[in-house]
Amino acid sequence: MTESSTPAIRLTGLRKSFGHVDAVAGVDLEIADGEFFSMLGPSGSGKTTVLRMIAGFELPTAGTVELGGKDVTRLAPFERDVNTVFQDYALFPHLTVRENVEYGLKVRKVGRKERRERAEQALSSVRLESFGDRKPAAMSGGQRQRVALARALVNRPKVLLLDEPLGALDLKLREQMQVELKAIQREVGITFVFVTHDQDEALTMSDRVAVFEAGRIVQVGTPEDVYEKPASPFVAGFVGTSNVFAGETARTLFGRAGTFSVRPEKINLRKAQETNGVVAEVIYAGPVTRYVVDLDAGARVVVVEQNRRTGTAALSELRGQRVRLDWLDEHVIEIPQLKENAHAE
Amino acid sequence: MSVLGSYLHRHPRLRLAGLLSAPLLWLVVAYLGALAVLLVSAFWTVNGFTGEVVREFSLQNFRTLLSEEVYRAVTLRSLGVAAAVTGICVVIATPMAFFMAKVASSKYRNWLVIAILTPLWASYLVKAYAWRILLANGGPIDTLFGGPGNGPGYGLFATIIVLSYLWLPYMILPIYAGLERLPDSMLEASADLGARAGRTFRAVVLPILIPSVIAGSIFTFSLSLGDYITVQIVGGKTQMIGNLVYANIGAANNLPFAAAIATIPVLIMVIYLVAVRRSGALEEL
Repeated sequence: MTESSTPAIRLTGLRKSFGHVDAVAGVDLEIADGEFFSMLGPSGSGKTTVLRMIAGFELPTAGTVELGGKDVTRLAPFERDVNTVFQDYALFPHLTVRENVEYGLKVRKVGRKERRERAEQALSSVRLESFGDRKPAAMSGGQRQRVALARALVNRPKVLLLDEPLGALDLKLREQMQVELKAIQREVGITFVFVTHDQDEALTMSDRVAVFEAGRIVQVGTPEDVYEKPASPFVAGFVGTSNVFAGETARTLFGRAGTFSVRPEKINLRKAQETNGVVAEVIYAGPVTRYVVDLDAGARVVVVEQNRRTGTAALSELRGQRVRLDWLDEHVIEIPQLKENAHAE
Repeated sequence: MSVLGSYLHRHPRLRLAGLLSAPLLWLVVAYLGALAVLLVSAFWTVNGFTGEVVREFSLQNFRTLLSEEVYRAVTLRSLGVAAAVTGICVVIATPMAFFMAKVASSKYRNWLVIAILTPLWASYLVKAYAWRILLANGGPIDTLFGGPGNGPGYGLFATIIVLSYLWLPYMILPIYAGLERLPDSMLEASADLGARAGRTFRAVVLPILIPSVIAGSIFTFSLSLGDYITVQIVGGKTQMIGNLVYANIGAANNLPFAAAIATIPVLIMVIYLVAVRRSGALEEL
């Protein structure tokens, strides 16, 4: 990720206001060539607006968008070397799958023969080679998704933008597409910018993740960084389930002031002589069981345990019982407090 | 009451029959019945001396229609007017509907829809007479073109203009509805793939809109084809199928022949509807 000096995308002071609302309130970001980059955040956090400004569908209120070192802030979508996979796929219903895939090439006046070849190639890269003559309406959601991907990739853009492309698929298909997308990205080697509100998706596929909150990026880092070293209570809460301790509780548990977090899977729950909490709820969830425990120190925490040995009968017996929770010091995350003005605007 | 209610609940077919009988009766008797009577009476004749309707099967009316030049000319003229009106409406309605559906803000859009709909509440006659005044010799349109006699005046051309004005909303609304259903992302996808606005309009918007345009054309075409009032008011000496029907009901007192003439637009519309059925336009209505 360091071989190229000019980043594929550079956003500087990017803002977008709709009326009085700042959808994007100042974003600075560099995305390297060939990177799988995810923008993660709850809905309304501005991630999709940033994507749309990179594609050219929205003009920024302030700031610049550079693609491969070239300022494209004021250029129309058809003048930018990026392609987009839309959330609703936006396939043209009156064209066949092949015509959909060829559309971009046809517009750019690529010859008929080359067009055919590249379309076939793109369709086979998403394993739809025999579907060229179908209309999109005659395909399943997952297939349409792959057509949309082929239609974008066939143009060999420098950057591929994906706007929650897996949102409409069911869980099984989504997991399968996550693997496939990652494989395709590795194969074609172009930059992917992937917008999602699903932290699992962001963590599994990305080289780096930017976490959005209220129109700003609150943390950029590798999935591991974002998960293990959240930069703010918001990130800790949004990425994965987390137990955040602050104020008096933190002082009791950790002996000093501050905000701390321990991930549910890092907490060890056992029956012991010396207890420090009461099990309030036991939730069986197949491979794991979640325990909700009220600590004597004054916090409610979630503990996740693999169901390797436990039988279901034994689980519910724990409800209401006193237990001992402990964790290793190295798993305690100290979360930096944001400056007070961070949310005000 | 509850006994009846639960009885009906157990017999869904009976419930359906009860629910549908009134509207079905209306459809069969008032609508299809009237059409059937029209068709049957087209084969009757009128006694030339007494003016009495002779209720005997005869093909004489249709023989007259096919053999006399004037009926062919009027039919072709009516078809031409209907086609011209439809064409003008498509050309004007498409950009207007596009502006309403895709460009205007949602608040502005509602006002535009109201603006399109309000003329439909005004009387047809009032609007036609308004145009009569506009088109009068020395009237506002003449003045606009520089003096009396310079404007189009009354006649075929005036008929086409006024009919286009009258039926325009029937074309705008289906196209607007079609465009509203066309997601913005479709337009963005086209731009994203390198197409400029014109290309997007030709390659994406228009093909998707064809069923909507056809749906609108069914209104503009059939309404124009059957019209006789506008023609009377601004058409000068122009005659359309509707005028012939009207003349035979009134002055000529030949109801069977009027019925025979009236089958022409019915036949044309049936052919048209069958032809467009495959396009999916009928689902747009």
